[in-house]
Amino acid sequence: MAGTGDGSSDVQWCFSQVKGAIDDEVAEADVISTVEFNHSGELLATGDKGGRVVIFQQEPESKNQPQCRGEYNVYSTFQSHEPEFDYLKSLEIEEKINKIRWLPQKNAAQFLLSTNDKTIKLWKISERDKRPEGYNLKEEDGRYRDFNTVTTLRVPVFMPMDLMVEASPRRVFANAHTYHINSISVNSDCETYLSADDLRINLWNLEINDRSFNIVDIKPANMEELTEVITAAEFHPNQCNTFVYSSSKGTIRLCDMRAAALCDQHTKLFEEPEDPNNRSFFSEIISSISDVKFSHSGRYMMTRDYLSVKVWDLNMETRPVETYQVHDYLRSKLCSLYENDCIFDKFECCWNGNDSVVMTGSYNNFFRMFDRGYRQDVTLEASRENSKPRSVLKPRKVSTGGKRKKDEISVDCLDFNKKILHTAWHPLDNIIAVATTNNLYIFQEKLN
Amino acid sequence: MSEEVEGTTASEEVQEMEDKVISPEKAEEAKLKARYPNLGAKPGGSDLLRKRLQKGQKYFDSGDYNMAKAKMKNKQLPSAPTEKTEITGGHIPTPQDLPQRKTSIVASKLAG
Repeated sequence: MAGTGDGSSDVQWCFSQVKGAIDDEVAEADVISTVEFNHSGELLATGDKGGRVVIFQQEPESKNQPQCRGEYNVYSTFQSHEPEFDYLKSLEIEEKINKIRWLPQKNAAQFLLSTNDKTIKLWKISERDKRPEGYNLKEEDGRYRDFNTVTTLRVPVFMPMDLMVEASPRRVFANAHTYHINSISVNSDCETYLSADDLRINLWNLEINDRSFNIVDIKPANMEELTEVITAAEFHPNQCNTFVYSSSKGTIRLCDMRAAALCDQHTKLFEEPEDPNNRSFFSEIISSISDVKFSHSGRYMMTRDYLSVKVWDLNMETRPVETYQVHDYLRSKLCSLYENDCIFDKFECCWNGNDSVVMTGSYNNFFRMFDRGYRQDVTLEASRENSKPRSVLKPRKVSTGGKRKKDEISVDCLDFNKKILHTAWHPLDNIIAVATTNNLYIFQEKLN
Repeated sequence: MSEEVEGTTASEEVQEMEDKVISPEKAEEAKLKARYPNLGAKPGGSDLLRKRLQKGQKYFDSGDYNMAKAKMKNKQLPSAPTEKTEITGGHIPTPQDLPQRKTSIVASKLAG
């Protein structure tokens, strides 16, 4: 049964595949930093701290196993970004891939944008499965033939060859960001895209790499007055004039590019009023939004802050329409989470294809799904222990009180080094990609 | 009459409970302030943000950079006996001498 089922009400998730090394020692370069399906779901891209991109392709469903959707196998891998040193500012520029965004497919080739802290690159991934043979002046290995041996002429023909997938950088969009790029987003017009750093958002044309327009600038004249930074930005999925950006203070601003060239004045400001009685030292830090994603419909948007996921109706700025607690039991651990810097972890979130379920990661390699319609949630774990093919994932539970039931894990036993920051949901089917520190897990809906 | 006594006791209990219940966040804040008494009142303020903006800053200025370079050269000497004949110390470090971070020539293990 193709198509999206409902969420945790009747969907059971099975292990499908895991990619990456099993070693306990994780090399810095192997830390996965972004995961993204393309628009058809056929391709799945990952970026890592070493600046490399690996693209997986889904095998077509086989007749032998009609109950199982195709597996993802390596399609292409390339070095997208390299480490750089800015001598003028004495700044080390990491090669870590912060974000990958696919362009909608227009022809046989696939295009994606990948970015590190400073530079965005447009990559073309194309297939070559034929090569010309039968040249008159060249041998098959490329050496030139002796003209005297050429007695007849022939027309070279294309002959099939083993599939070769090539990735080539088509554009490099550099030198437009003083601060660290946190987001890129392709416009629905397929001609432009935005890139956002801590203080500014720029608009680019995909064809033009030596110019970009600044559309948001929140840098104060006096840096001592700095109170908030931009944490994420995204274009609306079908209104090409609309985009949103979130801040470290927990607000989201919606901007309309038709209103002005510089969108410093927001069109809408989404902010949930804070209860002054509950304010603490940690309030602002945990309210910082680490990710913002529009629903596929474009009617809603979702934000992720440290402890919760909120769904907002674009028509209502005063408060979210839904709030889901991801790991509220961490509220009594904030002191140690501040000391070990985990409180600054940036979790992402994602929608399923029909916007009925939202998903986000947590610690201990747990990830959470919230079914908006059935008001149910589930906690699952990405671990090698549950990695028998097609084994159903068992829901996990964290116990907060004194009494710990069997199979529950106590808050104090959670491994805060095992964080799931990046997850992605196939745009059409119930297939999810979940990244642990250095492994990529693919889970599929149990089909019967 | 016994009911009245019970009633008073119950409300007293409730009052006590309200006094003891502090939000877990505030309890954590108290813990943090106890460990770090010099912690400023403004947590999300410009200090934290400016640290975030300056991520990746390797040297404070060119003097700092040259000092670090000189230190590195001194450290390398014992482990590179073949370079005994090289003159060090009279050489002013240049950007070319800055140890380049090795690029990842190893393929990603995800593709393995």
